[in-house]
Amino acid sequence: MRRFSWFNATSLTFGFVFLYLPMLILIIYSFNESRLVTVWAGFSTQWYGELFQNKAFLDAAWITIKVAFWSSTLATILGTMAAYIMVRAGRFRGRALFSGMIYAPLVMPEVITGLSLLLFFIALDVNRGILTIVLAHTTFAMCYVSVVVTSRLVSFDEALEEAARDLGCTPFDAFRSVTLPIIMPAVVSGWLLAFTLSLDDLVIATFTSGPASTTLPIKIFSAVRLGVTPEINALSTIMILIVTVGVIIASLISRGVSIRAKADERKAEQS
Amino acid sequence: MNSRVTGSFIILGTFVFLTGIFYLETFIPLEQWSDSVSEYWLFNMLGDGWNDITIWWFKFIVLFAINLPLLAINLFIFKSLPHDLKPIVSRHLMIFTPYAWLTVFFLVPFGIVLKISFSDIALAIPPYVPTLKDGFWTMVSGLDLENYAFIGAGAVFAGIVMLLAAIVMYRFVYPWVRSAIVSDDNVGALASTVVAGSALAVSVVCTASLAGLLGLVFPLLRAFVEVPDFLYVAAYLSSFKIAVISTFLTLLIGYPIAYSMARAAEHWRPLLLMLVILPFWTSFLIRVYAWIGILSTEGYLNQFLLSTGLIVEPLTILNTNVAVYIGIVYTYLPFMVLPIYAALDKMDDSLVEAAEDLGCSTFSAFWLITAPLSKPGVIAGCFLVFIPTLGEFVIPSLLGGSNSIMIGKVLWEEFFNNRDWPVASSVAVILLLILIIPIVLFQRNEQKQREING
Amino acid sequence: MAQLKPNVFFAPWNDPAEKPLIQFKNVTKRFGESIAINNLTLDIYAQEFFALLGPSGCGKTTLMRMLGGFETPTEGQIFLDGVDIGPFPPNERPVNMMFQSYALFPHLTVWENIAFGLKRSDMPKDQIGDRVGKMLKLTQLEKFAKRKPHQISGGQRQRVALARSLAKAPKLLLLDEPLGALDKKLRNETQFELMDIQESTGTTFVIVTHDQEEAMTVASRVAVMVDGQLVQVATPDQIYEAPTTTYVADFIGDVNLIEGKSSLTDGGMDVHWDDNQPAIHVTTDTPLAARTSCHFAIRPEKVSISSEKPNAVNVMKGKIIDIAYLGNISTYYVEISAGVIFKAQATNNRRLSRRTYTWEDEIYLSWTDTAGVVLTE
Repeated sequence: MRRFSWFNATSLTFGFVFLYLPMLILIIYSFNESRLVTVWAGFSTQWYGELFQNKAFLDAAWITIKVAFWSSTLATILGTMAAYIMVRAGRFRGRALFSGMIYAPLVMPEVITGLSLLLFFIALDVNRGILTIVLAHTTFAMCYVSVVVTSRLVSFDEALEEAARDLGCTPFDAFRSVTLPIIMPAVVSGWLLAFTLSLDDLVIATFTSGPASTTLPIKIFSAVRLGVTPEINALSTIMILIVTVGVIIASLISRGVSIRAKADERKAEQS
Repeated sequence: MNSRVTGSFIILGTFVFLTGIFYLETFIPLEQWSDSVSEYWLFNMLGDGWNDITIWWFKFIVLFAINLPLLAINLFIFKSLPHDLKPIVSRHLMIFTPYAWLTVFFLVPFGIVLKISFSDIALAIPPYVPTLKDGFWTMVSGLDLENYAFIGAGAVFAGIVMLLAAIVMYRFVYPWVRSAIVSDDNVGALASTVVAGSALAVSVVCTASLAGLLGLVFPLLRAFVEVPDFLYVAAYLSSFKIAVISTFLTLLIGYPIAYSMARAAEHWRPLLLMLVILPFWTSFLIRVYAWIGILSTEGYLNQFLLSTGLIVEPLTILNTNVAVYIGIVYTYLPFMVLPIYAALDKMDDSLVEAAEDLGCSTFSAFWLITAPLSKPGVIAGCFLVFIPTLGEFVIPSLLGGSNSIMIGKVLWEEFFNNRDWPVASSVAVILLLILIIPIVLFQRNEQKQREING
Repeated sequence: MAQLKPNVFFAPWNDPAEKPLIQFKNVTKRFGESIAINNLTLDIYAQEFFALLGPSGCGKTTLMRMLGGFETPTEGQIFLDGVDIGPFPPNERPVNMMFQSYALFPHLTVWENIAFGLKRSDMPKDQIGDRVGKMLKLTQLEKFAKRKPHQISGGQRQRVALARSLAKAPKLLLLDEPLGALDKKLRNETQFELMDIQESTGTTFVIVTHDQEEAMTVASRVAVMVDGQLVQVATPDQIYEAPTTTYVADFIGDVNLIEGKSSLTDGGMDVHWDDNQPAIHVTTDTPLAARTSCHFAIRPEKVSISSEKPNAVNVMKGKIIDIAYLGNISTYYVEISAGVIFKAQATNNRRLSRRTYTWEDEIYLSWTDTAGVVLTE
């Protein structure tokens, strides 16, 4: 039995207050009527209204979502391939370099990644825009996807693939009909991670975006540099709520799955 | 066997070539056409009701369909391969795709950064010389180390060399000298200190004389070590200081949370875990932004403290390093909590019970059993906070204002404000060099853990 | 015995006219520096239940994986029905495999698992259902067709794996430690089920196991493997009664081994092992040349134990130093000379309290002249 003392309770309470209080304050003050964000002047939803009137923000949001969708999709395909290679391909020439390139972007400061990609695009004379952001985001997000998928593939019983081959599948068929369905949850969470990373990214997007492709984080950053504004509070509240709802739904689903799996196992033992 | 491999590479080359043409034929016209959409007869015929997106998709489908035979040829070649060659080709294809992507978008860009870091700033487009347009050999001969000298790279190199020397001293020279001087294994702290001190003194003298000698022989090296602009060295030192202090603070706050989570009842733990992970999924920028309102002079914290009467004058926290520490601790807390929690969660409860059974108090059981067993998690957590913090840009620029200098911010300003691309590039190279040490140490820690876990 | 009634016993390996289904010809497999299979030649005949027995790491799994197509031989060839199957990938071989972990696809139901291979064969769609139904019936799994693998018990999973690998009616079925994950009781039942299924389908089975009891029970022939080489390939009774090496004798079952020197006698030979003890008389058609160093091997159950000196060819006096009570039988550890311990087994046909012999008793051990064998390797 684990002993849960007053010390544990206090540190958890303080810890979570520290983690959530700033966001809570942000949410509360987004309903503040006054433009002076630090003075409470009564409840109002006018800033949400103004936010949805602001075409610059809406455009930026649309661009961000487009970028995030394409880059996370591409990153998921490439990252899954990379993970599969890392786990299954055994030895090949340049494996060390490959694994280095997979892990390096995870620890590389964003300023370096962003700068190098910008200089690369300029050297190639590519016009910066949505495409360049997508390429940049794909590059760093695929590494995160490959880490997520790798951790699933490592625990994957290789005999399943061999069994599929034994029963008449070509390697590709075996991957499609056995491996992919089983690692699908990891692939999906890799996609979600890539999507959030892309939605969130400021530094790399700033380096690789062109004048007509301002993403939401760039917009927020330039607004925030001038101080706290109620519109940004409202925008932040919306983003926090979306993420919260998403995470709660995801965890409920995975919880339901694990509870059902446990029930199944119990049933199997009885039968 | 070998000719087969060569054959598969030829086939692979064909695939890549055809796919490349497919891409160029599909997407490049798409880009070019979007400028001349209105002049294209088909779209004129269709009238003005067509918006850009519809036209884009229409063109996309048309171009895709026109060029589809190229992909079909690929598929046909693959289908008609002899069955012993198929797995080899598909394996190479599988490896090639992400490999090529990473090479093009990660390795090559970094090579370009490296090259530009050796160039000089110029009033041109792009704003540096020499470029490849001047001819390859002119370009190569035009590269120099001026930027590195400017940003005090010599100091960084010297620091790294000194660190390595210290490691060598500690690992190899010190035990050797000690065993030579003090034969008895069972020596006190004083004898060890004396030995270590003398060894250190000898090594300092040796290093200094060696450096002096090198300086005499190569005057160029001396110029390289001289620091023309202290800003950069200050930035390295201040980044390092901020990273160390905030890592320590994160550990101080994160450990009790992780420990308490691991102690909590089984059915509570998934919820607690989710509560720690949730902020990680919310926007980094927003989480940093939330603190601006709290920490500013007329912010919520000052309002609260003034109203309770604890302070009379509002505190200045925003735009100081304190705000940067708070921001880093807040945003990187999950990175610290999760690995420590993972280490503690794996630990067998009965270990602590056994320790207490053998006469430990609760505190000494924690200190002797729990703390050492959670060490790998602590180390991993510290690196996960330390490494990204060193190159951090958003937090110092939003919370630290002009008062806090960090390498990431200096790079950004050098690039966007001063438009000095060569110096920005060399700062990036130096930042990477500085990062290599903690990254290698982190990798070794992970490797060791993997070996222990089997 | 096989020569006496050749029609009753299934023994194609004794028939020179019979063509083997599988032929290993000088097969060697190396993994980098280490040799997994060393120049191995072996014939397996149609409808055999062939067991590969050996300690872990002896290469038996590698041998099987080469049949399945998951490894290719470094040297030598493997023929199936006279065709060199080396260049064929697993999906193009008429061979199916039952994996040690069963490798049931967790995202598919039992029915879909069994139909998996059929859907990838040229079998018409409407026949697949019938075939799966037949397989379900064969393995008594009709009730569980709609369940997923994690919803059934371990024994049922084993049967699904068997049904799945049999569904395509392969020429050869490979079973990698098929019963390893089951508990002992279930394992014994399943062994007989496996034999029934093998007999009713007429498929050739090759089973890999490290459990000698299992190999002896199910197999028509057993191959004992050590360090990538075959030590003996024979029927279970031959392996047990007439091992060709001390290794096989020691590996299969329990054995007493005594080292000595041979001398010829009338109708057999003597093994001299201790100057102070009588030589062991052995009747054999093929006696060794005199003064060859050899081992005398005898199974403990063939050694009888008595308190009075019996009238037998081989008699030895000794002292009981330990007794292992196993329920149905007891094994007595008898010291017959300084440091030489002999094991003798006796059935416990009486209750424990009325046991005849106990610790420190002086007793006599005896056996007939045909009970043991003499081995040179």
